[in-house]
Amino acid sequence: MERVTFDRGDAGSLIVRLAGDWQIKDGVPGHDGVDPALEGVAQVRVDGAAVGAWDSSLASWVLVLAEACRARGTPLDLSGLPAGAAKLLAVAIAVPERKGTGKDERRTGFIERLGRSTIQAGRDIGDTVGFIGEAARAFALLFTRRARFRGSDLALLIQECGAEALPIVTVISLLMGLILAFVGAVQLAQFGADIYVANLVVIAMAREMAAVMTAIVLAGRTGAAFAAQIGAMQGNEEIDALQTLGISAMEFLVLPRMLALILMTPLLCIYANLMGVLGGLIVAMGMLDVSVNGYLLQTQGAASLGDFAIGIGKSAIFGIIVAVSGCLQGIKAGRSAAAVGQATTTAVVMGILFIIVADGIFAVLFNILGW
Amino acid sequence: MTGQPRIDVRDLDMVFGDFAVQRNLTFQINTGDVFVIMGDSGCGKSTLLRHLIGLQRPGRGDVHYDGEAFWAADDERRQAMSRRFGVLFQSGALWSSMTLAENVALPLQLYSPLSPRERADVVRLKLALVGLRGFENHYPSEISGGMKKRAGLARAMALDPDILFFDEPSAGLDPLSAKRLDDLILELRDSLGATIVIVTHELASIFAIGDNGVFLCADRRTMIATGSPRDMLENCPDAKVRAFLRRGEMETQ
Repeated sequence: MERVTFDRGDAGSLIVRLAGDWQIKDGVPGHDGVDPALEGVAQVRVDGAAVGAWDSSLASWVLVLAEACRARGTPLDLSGLPAGAAKLLAVAIAVPERKGTGKDERRTGFIERLGRSTIQAGRDIGDTVGFIGEAARAFALLFTRRARFRGSDLALLIQECGAEALPIVTVISLLMGLILAFVGAVQLAQFGADIYVANLVVIAMAREMAAVMTAIVLAGRTGAAFAAQIGAMQGNEEIDALQTLGISAMEFLVLPRMLALILMTPLLCIYANLMGVLGGLIVAMGMLDVSVNGYLLQTQGAASLGDFAIGIGKSAIFGIIVAVSGCLQGIKAGRSAAAVGQATTTAVVMGILFIIVADGIFAVLFNILGW
Repeated sequence: MTGQPRIDVRDLDMVFGDFAVQRNLTFQINTGDVFVIMGDSGCGKSTLLRHLIGLQRPGRGDVHYDGEAFWAADDERRQAMSRRFGVLFQSGALWSSMTLAENVALPLQLYSPLSPRERADVVRLKLALVGLRGFENHYPSEISGGMKKRAGLARAMALDPDILFFDEPSAGLDPLSAKRLDDLILELRDSLGATIVIVTHELASIFAIGDNGVFLCADRRTMIATGSPRDMLENCPDAKVRAFLRRGEMETQ
């Protein structure tokens, strides 16, 4: 049975006859016929006498009809609908669609989207530079006057990003030393230069791997935590509460986090060096014909204090990068749960990216300087 | 009280980008009043509060505290002025990594010469005033919503401010707790001589404690009435204001 039929009545009136069962599970009839049927019609009446069981599928179809009538200025008589449906429609029609809510669906072309994201990228760079400037100013406050943050916060942060990171740094750097030693042992054994595994491991760890691996672990562990903590505080108006007390979030939240990482990353880096050499030693003992003393002596002779200083110095810079990207994303985060998740992701990605970029720059720089 | 108003809002426009939330807001808040900012949802009540407490810069116009322009002042002066405020945010906005005692103590730690022991005494008093004695070492996540609001109030009062701002204090509270909070607000006003600014649309609160107020309209994007809520109910020429204050019920005449 046809659920919708359009009958032309006398004197330019249209009767829309609805029949049968209208249930969501059966789908809603199309409304292609509505516009042509309304052509040149003076008034419309809906006749729902033959409607059986109905739910909101009936109301939603009639709402389309009602809107078409409203657009044409044609009077519509809904009294023929089942009583409940008529009431439902009266509620739906009572508040007209709000135009200009600023969220109209609009198709945007490729060029427009490209332009928008370019503008956005420019703004992001501006934000980041501004944030680094403010962070530097907050840092300078440390030396000029008592910066306003709580010592107990700093102590807790140092514990969180220093001591509590020890297990993961242990595992990663021990394995790093093992892997380097394996790779080296296979190649060097071909020349009978087994003992030089010690050189390979200690130089690689001291100059590069310890600093980079520690920083990446901290970016994933601590940078993400910073972004999430500060982002959640933003959503809970906690940052506003600080600001109304005249406490800058820069001093109170960002500064102790930067300090904690600047202090802890180099220490973790030193520890990672130690673990890396230990990893190399394990491989040397197991696979190669090298004594413990011989390995350690070779290690001692291979690396200078300068090699260690380069790695440790770099790790302090990486610590700043992790702290800045975590805190920046937290402060910039929107006030919803999704925004906090987004901020956390961006903080980790940005942290790791800039660590690698900075390491590349250092490599070129040290090469030019001949260090 | 006559003389200079404590807060004087002149020709204030609140804008986001090129979208104006409210235009041409001009009203005065007298010393010692409980001043109610009311209006329909989405009209910018809380945004107005953010303009008053220095979280959002107005597009045009200024707010004067005791005759001194707030937004025209430099950052340092504005911070000094805002030290006279206490603000209770909608959700309490307690710092979640600190205990209630630490939350109340932080403003004291920064802006008062008190020793740690004296500070602890003051904190105990403030928490006692809001009925939270014994909860000093609880974290905000361990207490209920109503308690968070009260703890937020204790923090707002930490520095004995002249002006207290409340963002929807009774939203989400049961009627009895809301009533108790209203009573507490009145007591604070009377005992501390503070001026109180409240954003709310709880009719019971508006009539129970409001001395004065302003009504913002979301459709017309400006204020459509000022004065005491009771007076507005009886004499306001604008039908929308009367309907709002009667909860939409027909006028009996």
